Amino acid sequence: MEALFSLVVGVLTASGIYLLLRGRTFPVIVGLALLGYAVNLFLFSTGGLHTHAAAVIGESISPADPLPQALVLTAIVIGFAMTAFVVILAIRARSELGSDHVDGQQGEAGDAK
Amino acid sequence: MIQHLVTLPVLIPMIGAVVLLLVSQASDSRRRQLSVALCVAQLLVSAWLLSRAASGEMLFYALGNWQAPFGIVLMLDRLSALMLTLTAVLALGCVLFACAGEDIRGSNFHGLFQLQLMGLNGAFLTGDLFNLFVFFEILLLASYALLMHGGGKERIGAGLHYVILNLAGSALFLVALGVLYGATGTLNMADMARRVAVMDGDQAALVTAGALLLIVVFSLKAALLPLYFWLPRTYAAAPAPVAALFAIMTKVGLYAILRVQSLIFVDTPAAEAITTWLWWSGLATIVLAGIGVLAARDLRNLVAYLVLVSVGTLLAGKALGSTEAVGALLYYLPHTTLACGALYLIAELISQQRGKAGTRLVRGRRLHQRHLLGGMFLVAAVAVAGLPPLAGALGKLLLMQAAEGAARLWLWPLLLLAGLVALIAMSRAGSVFFWASYKGAADSGRVTRPQLAGVLWLLASAPLLVGFAGPVSDYARATAEQLAEPQVVIFRLLGESPALQFGRLATDEGESP
Repeated sequence: MEALFSLVVGVLTASGIYLLLRGRTFPVIVGLALLGYAVNLFLFSTGGLHTHAAAVIGESISPADPLPQALVLTAIVIGFAMTAFVVILAIRARSELGSDHVDGQQGEAGDAK
Repeated sequence: MIQHLVTLPVLIPMIGAVVLLLVSQASDSRRRQLSVALCVAQLLVSAWLLSRAASGEMLFYALGNWQAPFGIVLMLDRLSALMLTLTAVLALGCVLFACAGEDIRGSNFHGLFQLQLMGLNGAFLTGDLFNLFVFFEILLLASYALLMHGGGKERIGAGLHYVILNLAGSALFLVALGVLYGATGTLNMADMARRVAVMDGDQAALVTAGALLLIVVFSLKAALLPLYFWLPRTYAAAPAPVAALFAIMTKVGLYAILRVQSLIFVDTPAAEAITTWLWWSGLATIVLAGIGVLAARDLRNLVAYLVLVSVGTLLAGKALGSTEAVGALLYYLPHTTLACGALYLIAELISQQRGKAGTRLVRGRRLHQRHLLGGMFLVAAVAVAGLPPLAGALGKLLLMQAAEGAARLWLWPLLLLAGLVALIAMSRAGSVFFWASYKGAADSGRVTRPQLAGVLWLLASAPLLVGFAGPVSDYARATAEQLAEPQVVIFRLLGESPALQFGRLATDEGESP
């Protein structure tokens, strides 16, 4: 399970960073979202990966660490709000600057279409 | 009862922000009065906390009475008290200035401003790493909205970069926290320090990785080379009172670096790497920002690069590591923050009276109130360039005295050259603004009383910091000594009974907010 989990986190991070470096705002936002998922999964795993382990003492023989779950919840809430904010900002930038390029203008000919 | 007062720097702006958002229909003057009153209240509270901290006292406050290391603690020592007071002083100047009309160009300026203060104050007070992240997010979210206050192409464009960069930074921050929690099993700074000290093998390697990641995140906030390229454009685009408040945003990064390095990662392998890195990037930041100062074609950009010079100076001072150096940088820090803040406000006043030319360094209309603006510009320029008789010179002098051996060879010329560069650039800007102008002045954009009050409030710090140089530098030195003894914090907060005996799984922190 650890191998699969780390593979998922790694692929998500790599895709997130790749998209983050794109020239248009939409892929950048998707990249930020992917990076956020990767980080949340990573945070979740810091308490150790268990199966059949509730995060409540007394419910199972070896309870899981509840703190990472609380951290992930906080991170999800903040990440969700930030994504909503950056989407609105991107729309506003598109209408004010007349382009959805992150620099506010069309780049050179080699720019991704 | 009295121990609850430590939470006031967070509670006052939080409640104030909610009230200000609720009464958004109230008249402008009402909201302005409320906002100024909130800033004054914060100033009083932080001054009181400063006087408590000055006696060497450390205050801890366990939120919800969850005892450390399980719950979140707020901790107040000399460093936190200093930063809180600095924030309150700067904020009052900015709010006074904004009351002249900048605040009604968009919606909810004062509410957002208070939220930003809540984030700043919280970040300075918290003793928990994840809580630090939460307060960082609060202050960033408020700063995104404040940066784009009033709208306009420039601000939206700069804002987009700023937001995306900081979101990526936040992701990195979470990764760092995850690594550190995974390795140590705690998020309380003092508890983590205790565990890091007894760690070896694989876990220690993980801690090093986590520590370095954290420093990268904080360097992004502090705008250290190579992570500062976002700063000039963002600060130049921000509305003047917001840009002035942002002068402390880079210092949040510096504070966080100081805090984690002096408390958690003392004498770890990470500490050495961090120091080397801070030293060289700090020096390189001074050099590149100095070139930027000379190359800037606009006063706002120029000031942004001056902010960077001060960041480089402070971080290089941090890298020197000795108690004298940290004391010197803590003396220099309030001065440079307030001087840069005042310069942003003065830039706004100048652009008001120059019509289309704005703050660009080109021949323009003659200023209406040349003598007033020129006088204030002169004081601010002398302050920011670090010339005697103002406090910048003393701060730099202390810092240079603290450098020893080979460090001296690097730091002295760079600091002195940076001062010279600032002097050249500011005198060039001043002569363009005040002498190279067309004939005939239009009577527009007179300096209003709140604007004048805001600028003078910030400028007054420069002579005051010289007048009270003795007590202030004593305080700064005592702060540095306190920072050099992290074991005192650990002992006072956690006592002798080591929570280490609890198993890894039982290490449970309170619910995060």
